[in-house]
Amino acid sequence: MNRRSGTGYTGIPPWIYAIAAAGAVFVLLPLVAMVAKVNWPQFIPLITSESSLTALGLSLRTSAASTAACIVLGVPLALVLARSPFPGQRLLRAFVLLPLVLPPVVGGIALLYTFGRQGLLGRSLELAGIQIAFSTTAVVLAQTFVALPFLVVSLEGALRTAGNKYEAVAATLGARPSTVLRRVTIPLVLPGLASGAVLSFARSLGEFGATLTFAGSLQGVTRTLPLEIYLQRETDADAAVALSLLLVAVAVAVVGLSYRRPRVEAAPEGVFR
Amino acid sequence: MSTPRKLATALLVAGVLTAALAGCASGAPGATGTASTGGETPKLSRTITVFAAASLKSTFTQLASDFEAKHPGTKITLNFAGSSDLVTQITQGAPADVFASADAENMDKLTDAKLTHGAPANFATNVLEIAVPPSNPASISTFADLARPGVKVVVCAPQVPCGTATETVENATGTTLAPVSEESSVTDVLGKVTSGEADAGLVYVTDVKTAGDKVKGIPFAESDQAVNTYPIAAVGTSKNKELAAAFIATVTGSEGKKVLSDAGFGTP
Repeated sequence: MNRRSGTGYTGIPPWIYAIAAAGAVFVLLPLVAMVAKVNWPQFIPLITSESSLTALGLSLRTSAASTAACIVLGVPLALVLARSPFPGQRLLRAFVLLPLVLPPVVGGIALLYTFGRQGLLGRSLELAGIQIAFSTTAVVLAQTFVALPFLVVSLEGALRTAGNKYEAVAATLGARPSTVLRRVTIPLVLPGLASGAVLSFARSLGEFGATLTFAGSLQGVTRTLPLEIYLQRETDADAAVALSLLLVAVAVAVVGLSYRRPRVEAAPEGVFR
Repeated sequence: MSTPRKLATALLVAGVLTAALAGCASGAPGATGTASTGGETPKLSRTITVFAAASLKSTFTQLASDFEAKHPGTKITLNFAGSSDLVTQITQGAPADVFASADAENMDKLTDAKLTHGAPANFATNVLEIAVPPSNPASISTFADLARPGVKVVVCAPQVPCGTATETVENATGTTLAPVSEESSVTDVLGKVTSGEADAGLVYVTDVKTAGDKVKGIPFAESDQAVNTYPIAAVGTSKNKELAAAFIATVTGSEGKKVLSDAGFGTP
């Protein structure tokens, strides 16, 4: 992948830089405007209020849980999509990626009709004594729904880029499929998996529409940080801005971490260790 | 790079664009036209933009089309949202000519910002009502029933007008509710009831009426403890104060009263 980077030739015409700069400003300017609006003397009290900390804690917990769910469900999904062609594969991929383009509120409505009390599975779950509506589980479900495609896309890309040469060799040396997966495939695509997981976490952290539609909003149970911001905005703009900045800081930290991952060429060494 | 990767990228880009566009759409509406219809136009011409609380959607839509029919050459553009969103938009420079708020507090914000033209006029009132799914699964019949253990009741958060009203009724009756969710808009409360997720929700009388047979309304006497008053005012920055005043007169006049009371609103 990095073969061409050594020559110093970028192949980018100069005018591209001007538009790229405009694009960067377009993204950064609103953030700057928000920082300028922060009521700094009150910043610490605003973000350390009980409701803020409860919302932040809930957001971090649910995002961690949904990232775990994304890994459990997304890794097999990406493997199947990348490695084993089957009829209807393109269709399946399109559907798996659908939450990326779907407005989250639509996702929330769909989840409601699936896991809600009157929903497709909700009625059976209710009989089994499991109630999902208005619970933290509902938040995790909503976040997993919107975040799963990020993990699948990242990992599938990594799998295709890595190719299956090493795996084929491992197989000819007598390794069983599960061993190949554990000792060759996963270590090879670990950076892709990590960045996919981080993206999923970040997406879960920002989830708003599906949660509001599907899970409701109650402090400590379902009111995550974005919902808290939305609510605070009604009465206390300063609190909303302060919390927004907190969410931006957490998101920047999370995404920043994912791009400090070791370079891709380090992976094959690990494989044969 | 194979097609799937490209497809994924395209989808990702499309997703980002959709989100961006959705964000734009929910922002301020575009500046409405100032195209006048020639030189010798009738007395009331041109366009005004009315920012009205979400609960006024059906009534104001009707009043606006009646008004346009009565005064040919006029055009009323409507923008419905939560009252506090609308105030924020107006103070940030959104081109509104008339503002109709669902509560006095949000109108006060506009008056405090010296953005109203003339004193606001109260034109309607609204009270809370219990909304339950048509089958009434938790057999709710009084306000006190909502506090029974096991009843899944959804209310508005105290930060929004319907939540303030809910708190007032709770205090007045000495009933403490343990809601499963505190929503940030009355629409979200109603949604939880119509979808059958909640056993009951506290919404406005007018919302129950709008929802038709999707929910059953249970009025309760204690609701008169918290009467919400709707004020309307012309916006100071309006470029067409004459037309704005004419529309306000329609809303506060007999025609407006009839449409509003048909929808369940009370008179102030």
